[in-house]
Amino acid sequence: MRPTAAALVALTLAAATLTACGNGSSSSPNTLKVSYKQSTDNSVKVMDTYLAGIKKEFEKKYPGKKVQFVPIKAPDSEYYTKLQQMLRSPRTAPDLVYEDTFLINSDITSGYLKPLDPYLATWPDWSRFIDTAKAAARGQDGKTYGVPDGTDTRGLWFDKRVFRAAGLPPHWQPKNWDDILAAARTIKQRVPGVTPLNVYTGKPAGEGATMQGFEMLLYGTGDGKTDPLYDSGSKKWVAGSQGFKDSLRFVENVYKEKLGPDVSDALDPNFNTTVRGELIPRGKVGIDLDGSWLPQDWLPGSGHAWPDWSRQMGLAYMPTQAGQAPGKVSMSGGWTWAVPAKAGNPDLAFDFIKTMQTEANAKKWYIANSGISVREDVAKDPSYATAQPGIKFFTDLVSATHYRPAYPAYPRVSTAIQEAMEGVTTGDTSVEKAASAYDSTLKDVTGGQVVQR
Amino acid sequence: MNLRRRFTRTLPLAPAVVLILLFLAGPIAYCVYIAFTDLQLTGQAHASFVGFANFRHAFEDDAFLNAVWLTLVFTVLSSLVGQNTLGLALAALMKRASKPVRTLTGGIVVTAWVLPEVVAGFLLYAFFRREGTLNAILGLLHLPRENWLFTLPVLAVSFANVWRGTAFSMLVYSAALDEIPSEISEAAEVDGAGGWRRMWHITLPMIRRSIGTNLMLNTLQTLSVFGLIWVMTRGGPGNKSQTLPLFMYEQAFQNSMIGYGTAVALLLLLVGSLFSVVYLRLLRTEV
Repeated sequence: MRPTAAALVALTLAAATLTACGNGSSSSPNTLKVSYKQSTDNSVKVMDTYLAGIKKEFEKKYPGKKVQFVPIKAPDSEYYTKLQQMLRSPRTAPDLVYEDTFLINSDITSGYLKPLDPYLATWPDWSRFIDTAKAAARGQDGKTYGVPDGTDTRGLWFDKRVFRAAGLPPHWQPKNWDDILAAARTIKQRVPGVTPLNVYTGKPAGEGATMQGFEMLLYGTGDGKTDPLYDSGSKKWVAGSQGFKDSLRFVENVYKEKLGPDVSDALDPNFNTTVRGELIPRGKVGIDLDGSWLPQDWLPGSGHAWPDWSRQMGLAYMPTQAGQAPGKVSMSGGWTWAVPAKAGNPDLAFDFIKTMQTEANAKKWYIANSGISVREDVAKDPSYATAQPGIKFFTDLVSATHYRPAYPAYPRVSTAIQEAMEGVTTGDTSVEKAASAYDSTLKDVTGGQVVQR
Repeated sequence: MNLRRRFTRTLPLAPAVVLILLFLAGPIAYCVYIAFTDLQLTGQAHASFVGFANFRHAFEDDAFLNAVWLTLVFTVLSSLVGQNTLGLALAALMKRASKPVRTLTGGIVVTAWVLPEVVAGFLLYAFFRREGTLNAILGLLHLPRENWLFTLPVLAVSFANVWRGTAFSMLVYSAALDEIPSEISEAAEVDGAGGWRRMWHITLPMIRRSIGTNLMLNTLQTLSVFGLIWVMTRGGPGNKSQTLPLFMYEQAFQNSMIGYGTAVALLLLLVGSLFSVVYLRLLRTEV
C-alpha cells in the first residue's frame, strides 16, 4: 500500500510541476528559434535541407548567433492548431514561424503576430515582391505581417491524347466559359469512357472545391478587378451577386449534362488523389481545372512516376466568363515567414528572413520546392523558368492571379460555398435556392457583415 | 485524537483524489466553462462570456438538428437493433453449437472487435466503395450495383458499427445465458414449452439485467463513434452521415469555434445521460 501511495504522490507532484511550469526556459538573445512545417513523409526533406543551408550562411554572417529549429511534423490542419497554441504564450512562441496565407489573417486578428512594416521599409528587396503577393500577408489594419516565399497558381490542364481523339486542336486556349463547355461536349460525344471536364466540387473536396473549383469561376465574373467575395472598402462580405449564381450555374451544367465525373466519384473525399495519380496519367480526363503543383505527383519516386507528362499534357489559362478584360483568371495561396508577437528576438528573426530572401537563396528555394516565384527578379531568371516544364506558364499567371480574402470568417464562408456547390452538383437544389441559402449562411457566419451587390 | 486517526487513515486517498480532480474533474469543469464563451482557436483577440448563446445557436442550427437526428438513427439502428439483437442471437445459437463451430464463430466476431477503429473503418470503406467487395459479389450474382457510401451512407456506417461492435454484446449475453440454471429450461421443456416460448418467458426475464447493462454500454459507445464514420464518409455526402461527434469536430477544429464545439459536446453528454436514465428505469421496474 505505502509504496503505491508514495508513487502516486510523486506522480501528482510531477504532473503538477509539468502542467504548471511548462518548459520555463526563457529565450536567449543569441539563439534564434525557427518553427516550420516538416513533411509527414520522411523521404521528403526539401525544407529541412534548404533551411540547414540558410542556417550555415546565417551563423557565418552573424558571428555569435545560433539558429535552433523547432520543426512541427504534422498535416496542414494540425500544424495550424499546434502553431496557434504555441503562439499564445511567450514561453512557447518561437522567433520565426512559417504561416499559411489561408490562416494568417486569423492569427493577426488573434494578436499572435508582429507587424513587419518598420523592417520592410528599410529592406530594398521588398520592392522586388509583386503587389498581389504583398497583399496576401496584409492585415485588415493595413500592416504587413509576413514575407511570402512563393505561391501557386491554377489553370486548365488538358490531355492532348484525348483532344486528338476528339478532333480538338493540340494548342487549345478557350476564350470564355462557353468555349470550355463546348470542348467538353465534343469530348463527351466523341471519346466515350473519358471524363470530359473535371471541376472539384462539394464538401468532401474541401478547400480544393472552393479554390480550384468555384473561385476560379467566380473571380472571372464581373469586371475582373473588384473582389467578388469580399468588399474591402466597406469590409463586408458580398451577398446576392450575379457572378455567384453564374458560377453555380456553370457547376450545375457540368454535372447535369454529365460533362463532369460521376457525382458519387466527385463527392468522394479522396477524389483529387485519384484524378492526379490515376485518371490523368491513364488518359481518362479530358480537361482538368487544377493547380500548378500537379507534376509533383508524376516525379520519379512518387509511386506513379510519369516522365512523359510534359508531352501528353497541355496547359491553358482559365478564361474569364465572357472573355472580358483581363481575359484570364487564376487563384493563389502560399506560405509566408512571420514573426510572432511574443517572439524574444524579432530583429534577429527578420535578419534570418533577409538571408533566406537574397535573390540567389530565393531562386534555390523555388526550384527545390517547384514553387511559383512572387519576386520579379527570380521570375525573369531563365534558370528558374526552365527548371521544370510548365513553370513559365504558371509564373506568367501570377500577374492575373487573386488571393482569397482570408479573413477570420473565411474558413466558414468556404464551407458555405462548398455546400452550395454540392447542392447543385447532386441536383438536390436549384441555383437560386443554393445561392440564397449561401446568402443566409454568410450572414450567420460573418456576424451580419454582409453587403448586397 | 480521533480526528488525527481519521486524517492518517484518509491520507493515502489524497493522491488519488488530487489526480481525479486534476485530470478528470478539472478538464470537465473547464469544458463547461468554455461552452459558455465564444472562444475560438484563432481569429479573435479576446474570448468573452456569452451565456447560453452557444446552446441557443445550436437549436437554431439546421446542421445541428440534422446531426442529432442522424445520431439517433445511427444509435437505434446499429446499437439497439443491430449489435444488441445480433449479439443475443449469436450467443443463443452458439450455446447449442458444437465446440469447433463455437470457437470459429467466436474468433471471427471477436476479431472485428479487437481491430482498431480506424482499421475497421478502412476495411469497411473497401467493402462498400464502388469498386469494393460488396459490389464485386453483387456483380457475380447479377444483382444491381450501388455506390453504397453515396446512396445509403447512414446504413453503411451503421452496418460497420454492427460489424465491429456485436462481439461485445455476444460476450455479455454468452455469460448471461450460462448463468441460467439448466433445470429451469429443462422443466419448461418437459411441460411442453417450445423454443420461442422458453426464450420469451424464461430466458429474457432471467437475463433482463444483462440486457439493460449491455444496452447502456452499447449506446454510450455508439454515441461517441467518430473514427469509423470519419474514415468511411467524413460525414458526407453533404451532411448525410454527420453524427454529433463529427459535427462537433467540424465546428471546433475546422471552423475553429471551440466554444460552440464544446457546447455541442455537452449536449451530446446530455443525450447519453438521457439514454442511460431510460435504461436504468427499465431495469428497476421489472425486478
